[in-house]
Order: sequence, then C-alpha cells, then structure tokens
Amino acid sequence: MTFPWLTFLGLAPLLGAAVLCLPLKHAARWVGMAFALITAVIGLVIGGLYLAGQTFVERAPWIPAFGAGWAVGLDGMALVMVLLTVLLVPVVLLAEWRVGGGGRWSPQVFFALVLALESLSIFTFMAEDVLLFYLFFEATLIPMYFLIGGFGGPKRAYAAVKFLLFSLAGGLIMLASVIGIYAWSVQATGAPTYLLSELQQLQIDPMLGRWLMLGFLVAFIVKAPMVPVHTWLPTATEQATPGSSVLLVGILDKIGTFGMIRFCLGLFPEASTWVAPVMIGLALVSIIYGAIAAIGSSDLLRLVAYTSISHFGFMVLGIYTFTSVGISGSIFYMVNHGFSTAALFLVIGFLISRRGSAAVADFGGVQKLAPVLAGVFLMAGLSGLALPGMSSFVSEFMVLAGAWSAIPWVGAVASLGTVLAAVYILLMYQRTMTGPVTPAVAEHFTRDATASEKWVIGPLLAVILLLGFLPNIALNVIEPTAHQTMSIVGIADPVAPLGGEAK
Amino acid sequence: MKSIAAPTFEWLQLAPVLTILLAACLGIVIEAVLPRRLRFLAQIGLFEVAIGVAFAFLVISWRQPEHSQGLLAMGSISLDGPTYLMWGALLVFGLLALLVFSERDLDNGATAFAASAASVPGSPAEAEANSARHEHSEVFPLAMFSLAGMLVFVAANDLITAFVALEVMSLPLYLLSGMARKRRLLSQEAALKYFLLGALSSAFFLFGMALVYGFSGSFQLSAINDAIANPVYGRGLLFTGIALLAIGLLFKIGAVPFHNWVPDVYVGAPTPVTSFMAICTKLAAIGATLRVFFVAFGAERWTWQPLLATVAVLTMGIGVVVALTQTDMKRLLAYSSISHAGFILVAVVGATAGVTGQVNSFGSILFYLVAYGFATIAAFAIVTMVRDSAGEVHAISGWAGLGRKHPWLAGIFALLMLSFAGIPLTGGFIGKWAVFSAAWRGGYSWLVVAAVAFSLVAAYVYLRVIVTMFFAEPALGVGVGKASGMTWVPVVLGAVASAYLGLFPGPLLDLVTSASTFLR
Repeated sequence: MTFPWLTFLGLAPLLGAAVLCLPLKHAARWVGMAFALITAVIGLVIGGLYLAGQTFVERAPWIPAFGAGWAVGLDGMALVMVLLTVLLVPVVLLAEWRVGGGGRWSPQVFFALVLALESLSIFTFMAEDVLLFYLFFEATLIPMYFLIGGFGGPKRAYAAVKFLLFSLAGGLIMLASVIGIYAWSVQATGAPTYLLSELQQLQIDPMLGRWLMLGFLVAFIVKAPMVPVHTWLPTATEQATPGSSVLLVGILDKIGTFGMIRFCLGLFPEASTWVAPVMIGLALVSIIYGAIAAIGSSDLLRLVAYTSISHFGFMVLGIYTFTSVGISGSIFYMVNHGFSTAALFLVIGFLISRRGSAAVADFGGVQKLAPVLAGVFLMAGLSGLALPGMSSFVSEFMVLAGAWSAIPWVGAVASLGTVLAAVYILLMYQRTMTGPVTPAVAEHFTRDATASEKWVIGPLLAVILLLGFLPNIALNVIEPTAHQTMSIVGIADPVAPLGGEAK
Repeated sequence: MKSIAAPTFEWLQLAPVLTILLAACLGIVIEAVLPRRLRFLAQIGLFEVAIGVAFAFLVISWRQPEHSQGLLAMGSISLDGPTYLMWGALLVFGLLALLVFSERDLDNGATAFAASAASVPGSPAEAEANSARHEHSEVFPLAMFSLAGMLVFVAANDLITAFVALEVMSLPLYLLSGMARKRRLLSQEAALKYFLLGALSSAFFLFGMALVYGFSGSFQLSAINDAIANPVYGRGLLFTGIALLAIGLLFKIGAVPFHNWVPDVYVGAPTPVTSFMAICTKLAAIGATLRVFFVAFGAERWTWQPLLATVAVLTMGIGVVVALTQTDMKRLLAYSSISHAGFILVAVVGATAGVTGQVNSFGSILFYLVAYGFATIAAFAIVTMVRDSAGEVHAISGWAGLGRKHPWLAGIFALLMLSFAGIPLTGGFIGKWAVFSAAWRGGYSWLVVAAVAFSLVAAYVYLRVIVTMFFAEPALGVGVGKASGMTWVPVVLGAVASAYLGLFPGPLLDLVTSASTFLR
C-alpha cells in the first residue's frame, strides 16, 4: 500500500490544532506556525509528485450502511485549491501574529481554529464522496464561526451568526439533495453509493435530477456569494479580522464555485445546462452590482467584500457559459482571486492597525508617510482590477473570451465589470493614499511597513506576478479538469468564426 | 377434554427485566432494614450491580446460537432484534441517569432531592429534615421500577401488557418529579400536572385498546394485524381505536398537540429526573409506538401515515419555534426535546421496512435516540453543575461568558448543542441523516424538506446558547460546582459519544440495521 499522502496532508494541521489545545503560553504561535509551514511543505511535495505523474487516490470503508466511504483524491482543480489553502494559511498566521486583545480570545485559540479550518477545507477539496464532502463542507463553518465571533469587531457576534445562518440554510437544503442522492442510488443500483465516479455512471430521471441539482446549487450560490444572497459577506468581512476574511473569501467561498464544477456539472450535466441561463443572469447581476456597491462603499473591508462578489460573478460566468477556456479560466480565477484578495485584505489590515479605523474617509495622503505600504496597496489593488502582468488578468481574460465565444452579448456586458473594477480600485487608492495628509493620518502613520509585514505581502505579490507571467504553471494542471468537465456536460467548444473567407 | 398446559416462562431471556425488578424490590427492603446513613451507598451499589448484571444477561441471551428470538411469557413479550437493542440502550441510559441521581458533592453533601418530600415547603418540618440531613434514597428503587416498566413496554406483544408496563413506568415518574430539593412548589405543581395529564392519556390508551379489541377480538399485536387483513366488523371501530391509542402514545413521546406537560414537568422536576425522562421515557414510548404501529397496524399504514406526518410537522415546528423564545435553559432543552420527537416521527412516518445492509425506520430512529440520549443526559448533567449561591442557574443569561471561565465545560456543552443541531461530524448529524433518509425512501420527500427547514430554525436555537456562553460578558456570581465522578462520567461520556458517533457511526449503524425487524 502506498503512503496515504492526502490523508496525511489533511491531518497535519488538525494535529497542530490539537497540540494547540495544550497550555503552551508563548510558544503557541510558533508551534502553530510550524504546523502551518509543515503542511505547506507537504502540500508542495504532493504538488511536485502530481506533476511528476503520480495519481493520488485513497479509499477506505467508512459507513457502509449509507454507501459512504473515505474517498479522497486529487485532480487538477483540487490540487490548485489545496495549494492555495496551504500557502495562504502561514501568511495569514504571520499577518495575525498579534491578534486578540480587548476582551477577545487569545492568539493561541486563533491559531488553533485556523489550523482546524485548514484541515477541514483541504479535505473538502479532496473529497470524492458526496457525503464526505458534505460533512467537511458544513464542518468548516464551525471554526470560521468562532474566528469571526471570537476575534472580530464590535458587532462580531451578530456577523458570526449571520454568516452561519446563511451558510447553514444553504447547507441544509443541500442535505435534502444529499439524502435524495442516497435514495436515487438505492433505487438505481439496489445498493447505496456516494462515490462520485460511481454516481456519474447512473441514469437519472431528468425531473429528479433538476431538483437534486437545485439543492446543491442553492448551497453553492450562498457560499460563493451571488446577488441576492450575498448580504452576509460584507457584514462578515467588516467585523472579522482581515486574516479571517482572507480565509473566508480566499478559501471557503471558493468551495461554492468549486462545488458547482465538481457536483452540479459533474453529477447533473443535463440539469446544469437547463439552469445555465438563470446562472448567467445571476452572474452578470453579481458582476455589475458588486462593482457598483464597491464604488459606493465607505468602509475598506466592505469594499473588498463587494469586489469579491463581482469577481465571483466572473467565476460563475466562466462555469456556466460551458467552454473549456471559460471553465479553465474560472478555476484559475479562484486561485488568483485567493491570492489577490489576500494581499488586499492584509494590506488593509496593516492600514487599519495603524489608523484604528476602516472608513475610507479616515485616510488620505498615506503615500507620503508610508510609501511602501501605499505601493503594495496599489499592487494588490491592480491585481484586483486584473491589470495585464498580474495573474488575475489571465483568468479574467479567459473567462471573458469563453463568454464571447459562447454568447457574445454576455461577454460584452461582463466586460463592463472590468471597467467598473478600474473605477473602484483607483478611486479607493486615490481617496486613501493620495491628496493632502490629514492631521489624524499624520498622527497615526508613524512607521512604514515593518519587516514582518513585508514578509506577509512579499510572497503574495511574488506569486501573483509569477502566475501573471507564467500562467501555464497552473493552467497545465487545471485544463484537464476543465476538459473532463466539458466532456461530462457533453457540450463541444464553440468554434470561433474565422472571418468572412472561412466558408 | 382439553388438558391445561403449564405456563411457560423463559427465565434466561427475561432475566434482564427480572433483575431490574428484583433490584427495585431489594431497594425497598434496604430502606426498611438498613440504618439511614448506610442506605444511600447501598442503593448506589445495588443499582450499579443490578444494571450491570441485567446487561450481562442481555448479552448472554443475545449470544445464544439461535439469537433466542421469539415470543416469551405465553406470548406477552416479544423478544426480537429491536427488543434487544432497546433493552441495551435503556439499561445504559438508565445507568447514566442514575449516576446523575447519586451526585452529592454539588450541594454540600445533599442530593438534588428534597430531604423530606412529605413536608410542607417552607415549614419547620422541612427545616428540621434539612438540618438533620435526611435524604430520600427511595428515589433509586422508584427509578428502577420505572426502568423495569420501560423494558417491558418496548417489548410488549399485547396491549394489556403494554398498558400495565406503561403504568409501571409512569407512576414512579409522577412521584420523582415532585421531589426537587429547590423550588419545591414548582416541582410539586409539575408532578401534579404530569400525573393528571398522564392519567388522562392512559385513559385514552385504555379506551383505544377496548375499541381495537372490539374490532379484532384480540389484544395480541399480530392477531390485530390479521384482523385488519380479514376484517369482520366495520373499520370505524379500528380507526377510532388507532386514534385513541396514538393519543396515549404521543403523549408519552411529547408530540404536539399532546406536548404541554413537557416544559413544565422538565423544568419542575429535579434535573437528574429530567434527564432520565428526557431519554429513557422517550425511548420507551417511541419503541412501543413503533411496535404497535408497525406490527399491529402495519397493514393500515396508509391511514395513519398522513396523520402522523401532520403531527410530525407540528411537533418539529412548534418545538423549534417556541424554543427560540425561551430564556430558561431547562425549558429550552424541553422544547428541544419536543422538536427531536418531531424529527424522530419523520422516520416513523416513512415506515421503511428492512432491507439487508440498509438503514430502515427502526434502525435510523434507534441511532438517533442513542446519539440524542448521550447528548441529553450530558446536557442535563451540565445543567446541574452550573450554579450560583441559590442552586442551579436555569436562566440562559446566567450562563453568559461561561466559555471564558470554564472553557472545557462550555466547550463540551457547545459540542452537545452542535450535536442537537445536527451539525456534521457529530452523532446528531448522522442521526438526522438516517431518519430523513428513512422518510425519503418511504415516499415522504416533502416531509424531509420540511424537516430540513425546521433544522435550520433549530440550529439558531442552539447557536444562541453558544453565542451566550462564548461571546457575552460573564455573568456575576455564577460558577461551576465541584462535581464528583457521578456527574462527570455522563458528561464526558456524552461528549465522547457525540464526537465518536459523528466520526465513526459505522459500527452502531451496522448493529442497528442487523437487528431491526420486528417479530410479528
């Protein structure tokens, strides 16, 4: 038997969380960081082995009565999401080294919760069994809930409950579908199964398939917040610490778009094409609405949340226009958005820690006092608006190219989102960083970026630029998943018209 | 001339019940002969040994080669897979609840029971009994009698036996409910309310029995089933009889609209007794309901399924919605227990029969009850530990900030709440999954959707408790009493079981599915 790399990878941070339950005093943060780094190394090793051609499939019996088993595996999409997770966590821990205080919980609890969350998210991405996926999908809510409620701003308890109730509502609707899948598989084969690869072989009554698919889709729409069920996200990011917001928006919300590809398209291709027009409509609304709301936001953290809603619109658009390039772009977008939002949230976190406020109006002229901070803020922002050279440009371009080739007018409307993105990012930069130095800003911005802050942002910007110039590193891994999804859905890529002479 | 056959009696198979009954009688003898200071310890030793021996008998009889299934005691007790499993569960939960009964460290060496239940509250006689440190060690034999009644109730194969068992199980509970040491008037009111309503429901049960007998000419469950297949009389008698029997059973389960006693009795009764009622009574009542409805009325299920589906929706709905507004921890747990009864009824409605290797209605319900039972006893045991100078703190506001002062205890309570809410990786989730899937496969997918919606409301109820414990400013003067192992064992076991059943439900699921078919 080969070494169970994936299980090992997922359990490593969980072990770290367990160790952090011991009274470790001042060593706790170092221990937590050590586990996060070990996990990142294991993740990179697995990535290397994957590129070297090794396949990862781990199976063990678990609940035979339900037809559920311990089934984890890796495909391209899962691999990039796992790598995103294991790389972001150490950065977040470093950024939140001084978390807590003011009646909030201790850093040790924060580190333990983050590691527990990391473990559960990794398993969510790797699960190849529907029930297993559902379990981890729901279980990630609990550490996230405590991360918001235990460490956030003054209205953190409210924000945490709002987050949890929205997510649970979606999750419970999905539970009905999960149970429906059980009943369906018993009916179709006589023995229950939850294994994705076995379910994909079964025939399904179209009507039942649509209902079951909708149960999954509702959960994923809430998770990757799309208008009109997005309202929990700005509340959560406004109250949570920037580090928690990175985990929430950068990793957890991706489970929504990840799930659409893996479960909605993977299990119910017919129903997914049936629902596609609605999803494209929702995606366009999210792109435009999120961007406009971001322009109007007076709070930096809310602003980033709204930009994310706009970005999630792009990802969903890429998925439901059913082109290989669109789906590849969408998956790549998930990764890039994770890094660029992380950079944006964390820089804003540094700004807030100095100014003591997240209101746009409380800043002004910062670039004169803290040029390095302002510079990385601009870089992070430009990554958010998908400037060429940044990784997000590649993915956004791919999504739009896919949309243009499938339904041109949709591509046209979505392109408006990129214009609006330039508006919200540059306006934000202009209002906070340029202009005259206000007295309050002069009083608070006494030092530029510290060494540890540079260590937080440096790697993130490096990854963004690296993937921007060499996107094929990721795309080579992602594209097989996209092609496989397309073949399951059974739609051929639209052939680009070659112009007048091609007839 | 017909010869009279000597009555048969299967001693080994019935030994678990007989052991508990014998121990209850011995407990009364102990009260009569032992000096006062020895009684308490003797009773504790007695119930621990008795339940242990009963469990051993159960295992021995289970391991007999032919499983020793069949009708016992001249056809009045049905020994089948469900009986074995429910007996085992009742013995385990009975033991855990009785451990909570025996806690004396929390209140300066006194139990949760009145020093002299017969004295008028606030009278000199009460003060005298208190200062002389009297205590009612009779609570143990009473609980054992009740437990014996429950064991017979879930196995009763005819309605007469079921009725006798119902009374044996209920009467000691009426008494136990009125024996709280603190807030005695409330406790006595609860006991009276429980007794009056309980007597009324017994009357309904009895009337239903009479009508069903009128229809079928027999009290035997299988004979009633045969009569439904070949009816001699019109069905009016049968339908009325089913409805009246259902009232009697649903009352004990605590289902809406027969739930009004639950909050008052759960709050008024001494907390250890509440924990005993919350799981053991519920398990026994649901077990008997399943047997009566599946075995006797199985052929008539198209008639009662829609009725019970309505009751299930009402029970879940009222249970969770009213729980939202509660400010008292015990009342909240009472409404939570009502809503759990509703979730269980969802699977009763599904009435899916056994297929080898798959979870059916009975299996799913038993799993749910086991997960719920461990969590419930632990939750009530924690309620006994959270105290201020006046005794247990029941106001939820008094639990504020418990997570800061006692992170481990609050963490365990939060885990139990998550299990109640059915969050994945807890036993409660697997239980919910199982009962919902049983209903779905029985053709009640709309009921599953309704149940899922109510689960969301329920989740908010439990979240509110977690928010109060972890995110609110600590309440003044409230602490956690120093409890002995008697309380800690159920608490720790409840937490471990909630997590274990969520992570590794396989073995228990296999067990409940392997023996989930009722003997007809």
